[in-house]
Amino acid sequence: MTHASSLRSWGLAAAGALCVAGVLLAPQVTDTFALLALTVYLVMAMLALSLAFVWGFGGILCFGQAAFFGLGAYAYAIGAINFGPGVAALLLSVAVPAVFAALLGYFMFYGRISDVYLGVITLAVTLILFNLANSTSGSEYRIGEALLGGFNGIPSIPTLTLPGHDSPLEPEGLFRLVGLLLIAAYVGLRLLLRTRFGQVVVAVRENERRAELLGYDARLHKLLAFALGGAIAGLAGCLYANWGAFVNPGVFSLAQSAQIIIWVIVGGRGTLIGPMIGCVGIQWMVTALGGQQTVDTGLVLGVVLAAFVMLIPRGIAPTVMGWFAPRARPVATGQERVR
Amino acid sequence: MSAPLLQTRRLGVSFGGVHAVREVDFDLAEGELRCLIGPNGAGKSTFFKMLSGQQLPDRGEVFFRGRRISGLAAHQIARLGIGIKTQVPSVFDGLDVLQNLHLAALRAQPSERAARAEAHAVLERVGLAGRGDARVGELAHGQRQWVELGMILASRPALVLLDEPAAGMTHHEVRKTAELIREINRASTVVVVEHDMAFIRMIAGRVTVFNRGEVLAEGSFDDVVSDPRVRDAYLGNKPIHSSNQETDHA
Repeated sequence: MTHASSLRSWGLAAAGALCVAGVLLAPQVTDTFALLALTVYLVMAMLALSLAFVWGFGGILCFGQAAFFGLGAYAYAIGAINFGPGVAALLLSVAVPAVFAALLGYFMFYGRISDVYLGVITLAVTLILFNLANSTSGSEYRIGEALLGGFNGIPSIPTLTLPGHDSPLEPEGLFRLVGLLLIAAYVGLRLLLRTRFGQVVVAVRENERRAELLGYDARLHKLLAFALGGAIAGLAGCLYANWGAFVNPGVFSLAQSAQIIIWVIVGGRGTLIGPMIGCVGIQWMVTALGGQQTVDTGLVLGVVLAAFVMLIPRGIAPTVMGWFAPRARPVATGQERVR
Repeated sequence: MSAPLLQTRRLGVSFGGVHAVREVDFDLAEGELRCLIGPNGAGKSTFFKMLSGQQLPDRGEVFFRGRRISGLAAHQIARLGIGIKTQVPSVFDGLDVLQNLHLAALRAQPSERAARAEAHAVLERVGLAGRGDARVGELAHGQRQWVELGMILASRPALVLLDEPAAGMTHHEVRKTAELIREINRASTVVVVEHDMAFIRMIAGRVTVFNRGEVLAEGSFDDVVSDPRVRDAYLGNKPIHSSNQETDHA
């Protein structure tokens, strides 16, 4: 058993090394256009990863992961315009959504809001932010130097400049940064799930009452998991703002919120890798469909979602894992029951 | 006589106009094995819920080792060393048996490694060796009850509250459960709620009879079953016997 698990660890380490090498080498073999497309795929994969953790492992059906993504994007933009596109703006883009998630989570979890209302509240909060951001046009709506710009958003956001560098990141550098941060976030979450904290988060998803009767503070664990998900989504938002040098209220839109849920459902709840695969696959499909006029993209997305819910309810990753190892259990196997 | 481990004073709760538990004074000594019996709706489970923090009492107080615990959250009470098995098995259905036990053992053990060893040891003790990687949701009802008992064993509480631990079990399973409870009692004080008189006789502890949210009688099994008030309230006019057939209903 130890042998098998050490073999497995080596396999994972090798896969990780391959991913890192791929991220570092990809800019040398692709043109800039493809690289930009890949970058945004990976940015969104990080957003998918955040919900994969919060929903798949924390059992918290958050319909408002877009809120944290958007807050991260806006926080970076405002920070970068006011005090330069450095590490401070990056940290701000993680801290603002994390604190916001913690506050929202405090009221939801300590108020013992049940799961369905949790979905409603998080969605409503996202749409409130959407309306709020939309109604900030005019020169009186500014934070420091940054004009919020209402419906038009904030253009020309300065691109991140890494410490020790004089010039902002080029597309190649941004791609590498995004790729490495995504790998770090994924590996970090995998490791976190093996700690006591991670195990208890999964236990709370499985049975909140039992976790409490064993002496674990379910509310605190949910709150921390939720805030961590918010932080990762915020980081994705920051990278998104860097990618397009632009952010508008669309980041808080209903379409954006719904997409994240679809990525997770298609990719497979209860895994971390699945939703990232689902995200990249769906974005690729949407891009491909965007090049033609025959079928409506939204219609195809709807069909894909319906097909997955009815035919492959577990999603891509758990289903594929099931083919290769019918007896093996992923870290979490409670996917059938959404809670 | 030493101070009681658990003590309630005028403890009660009402739902609407119904006094689920009226004013219960209950004393439990360290090391005791106590049975709570009473007809359906006598308030036994509600009483348990108040002891474990799942239900806030309207009135009265609960003391554990002299410390007032009524009003604390469920997880805070659990941390003081009170473990409870709920009436419907409350387990982590999506996780495997070892993961369930491990999560419980983590509470009492200093390290991951120690918790893992403890989980394996408990797996043997509850007779589920070989089923460690089975998903708890896929186990038979009786086995899920044992997983829950195992979790309580692994978390090493000072006081164990068991709500109908033998419900829906076959006769063979009931026997094994009674053995398990006596084993738990070696290290912990135990309170058991049960309907099954044969089972109560099997584990042979002191018996407290609940009726209509109040303590009706208290004493040894034989004293209690021969008490005419108990016969009236709980047993009707049926003669009390503990034949094995009675438990063989699963």
